[in-house]
Amino acid sequence: MLRFLVRRVIGALVILLIISAVTFWLFYAIPRDPAQMSCGKNCTPDMLAQVRHNLGIDHPVPVQYWYWVKGIFVGRSYGDFGNCNAPCLGYSFANREPVLGTIMDRLPTTLSLAFGSAIVFLILGVGAGMIAAVKQGKWQDKLASSASLLGSSLQIYFVGYIAMYFLVAKLDILDNPSYTPITEDPGAWASGLLLPWLVLAIIFTANYTRMSRSQLVEQLSEDYVRTARAKGLSSRNVFFRFAWRGAMGPIVTVFGIDLGTLIGGAIITEYTFSLQGVGRLAVDAVDKSDLPMVLGVTLLSAGAIVLFNIVVDAVYALIDPRIRLA
Amino acid sequence: MTVPTPSAAASLEVLGDPVEKPTTSGGPKGNESRSPGRLAWTRFKRDKTGVISAYIVIFFFVIAIAAPLIAKLYGKNPYTTYASDRPDLLDAFSYPAGPNGGMSSEFWFGIEPQLGRDVFTFLLYGIRTSLGIAVAATLLTTLLGVVIGITAGYLGGRTDYLVGRVIDILLSFPSTLFFIAFMPVVYGLFVADDDNIPTSLRAASLILVLSAFGWASIARLLRGQVLGLREREFVEAAKVTGASPARIVFKELLPNLWTPIIIQSTLMLPAYVTAEAGLAFLGVGIIDPTPDWGVMIQRGAQFYSQDITFMLFPGLSMVIFVLAFNLLGDSVRDALDPKSKR
Repeated sequence: MLRFLVRRVIGALVILLIISAVTFWLFYAIPRDPAQMSCGKNCTPDMLAQVRHNLGIDHPVPVQYWYWVKGIFVGRSYGDFGNCNAPCLGYSFANREPVLGTIMDRLPTTLSLAFGSAIVFLILGVGAGMIAAVKQGKWQDKLASSASLLGSSLQIYFVGYIAMYFLVAKLDILDNPSYTPITEDPGAWASGLLLPWLVLAIIFTANYTRMSRSQLVEQLSEDYVRTARAKGLSSRNVFFRFAWRGAMGPIVTVFGIDLGTLIGGAIITEYTFSLQGVGRLAVDAVDKSDLPMVLGVTLLSAGAIVLFNIVVDAVYALIDPRIRLA
Repeated sequence: MTVPTPSAAASLEVLGDPVEKPTTSGGPKGNESRSPGRLAWTRFKRDKTGVISAYIVIFFFVIAIAAPLIAKLYGKNPYTTYASDRPDLLDAFSYPAGPNGGMSSEFWFGIEPQLGRDVFTFLLYGIRTSLGIAVAATLLTTLLGVVIGITAGYLGGRTDYLVGRVIDILLSFPSTLFFIAFMPVVYGLFVADDDNIPTSLRAASLILVLSAFGWASIARLLRGQVLGLREREFVEAAKVTGASPARIVFKELLPNLWTPIIIQSTLMLPAYVTAEAGLAFLGVGIIDPTPDWGVMIQRGAQFYSQDITFMLFPGLSMVIFVLAFNLLGDSVRDALDPKSKR
């Protein structure tokens, strides 16, 4: 297990390094000068040179990239703009702040959105899939499959506004989406995020319903399930301790990947509901050509995806002893 | 927005399935031999859901292609702001004066708030733009994926290893974020001033970026298939008889790969439609005043709480299209690959 983890973590770091390098280089293809943007309108050539120097963009691109990577481990100084301590992901041209601080400010919103909706869609999706598998061919099954078909064809940017129109503007059942830190007021936190959770969950539930149904149907027809039944175990026991355990693997895999993607920023959801999360930050940063911010968010997103891939593989091995971590 | 990564389960099914064609399961007239394509077609025709979805999908493509003709017969175009000549169309707050978003016998789907454009033609041309981009991106992605996947699988060795690593990296890219981050980069490669980007360039960049990040999953699937096929007797036989690599790839391997290729591209197209619309919604893809599904939704989002009718047309038509195409894709998969389970 330890050897597996070490190897995977090293692999993940290599991938992150490549992704950041690709982002870094590609961004220099844009003929926009961040120093000019940071310096403002009344900018003399001398001031511009000074800003360039402070931001560290007066070096060749590979050197800049090296400074950036080095900054993550030892921190770096941005002249007049101040210092950026050890895990330094760079200094935002637009916000005039270290990137990491801004991301950390935005992260709780994104995490709340991701975990809240994950709980909703996992319960709804897997629950519906279980019912559909047990009631194979009956109306519950048909309802679940039609609902999941429809759900997989819906888009957040459409359903989100429809839901806001009817549930918030017209009927006033739910609160306008907003983020309040859970430490301040848990009630406001939950009621502000309820609508985004539900809408995001509608989109994701479909996949889980379909997947858990097909997995369970397959497991329920396996010989070992029949044997367990023949031995006289109760159907509940057979269902949860045997069939469900066998069906869990692929669901865990997809769940891990989805969660990783969501933590990297549910960009469209945050945009639709005007939540100031990491995804929204990324869109704004791209808009302002704020390379350090884009790089920081990209690294976070890719990191979340890669990390959850490792976690999924490790968890998979724990659930299913037949899998060997090689 | 989902990137066109066909679900893990789907690819596993296709992978786990031997690529033999079901020639043994003959039709009703026992001894009459039929091609696998013909058998698949017979199976497809029997699937009612599939046939109905196919008609709906064809309908969308027809109106997309015939949009200029329909607009001409209808007598409006998507660019004219009708309200500027006829202020009575909009009320004092720039919302359609008539009920239901201003729907009338003259403006079938109503009038756009604020600018007062015709919703019906805007939607028609929007479907045209969106479908055009999605189809082009699907074709390019499939082509890239097929070429790279087959090459990697057939050559094996170092090429295969290298391609495998590139695929790994591409699949761990946060895709939506990358689409957003790289659209300005691609624009920047072609025009210096980013204020005035022609629509054709925007469309071309979208197709390029979507394909550049989309080919990995189909390439990975085909690579796996080719790895299996490569060792089979018929390929060996072709090699022994002195067939060139090109012949082996195109005449021996490719015919066995059509099923996964078609299945993957039918999964890809609706995903690209929604991805393209999502980018337009975020303001990085096609932008106003070019008609587009995503642009319409973005416009609708600006005044959804006052006039939801405008939002319903692009939103519902997209849901119908994606739903029909997903159903069609399922039917096509069932028809081509009857042994796979859904």
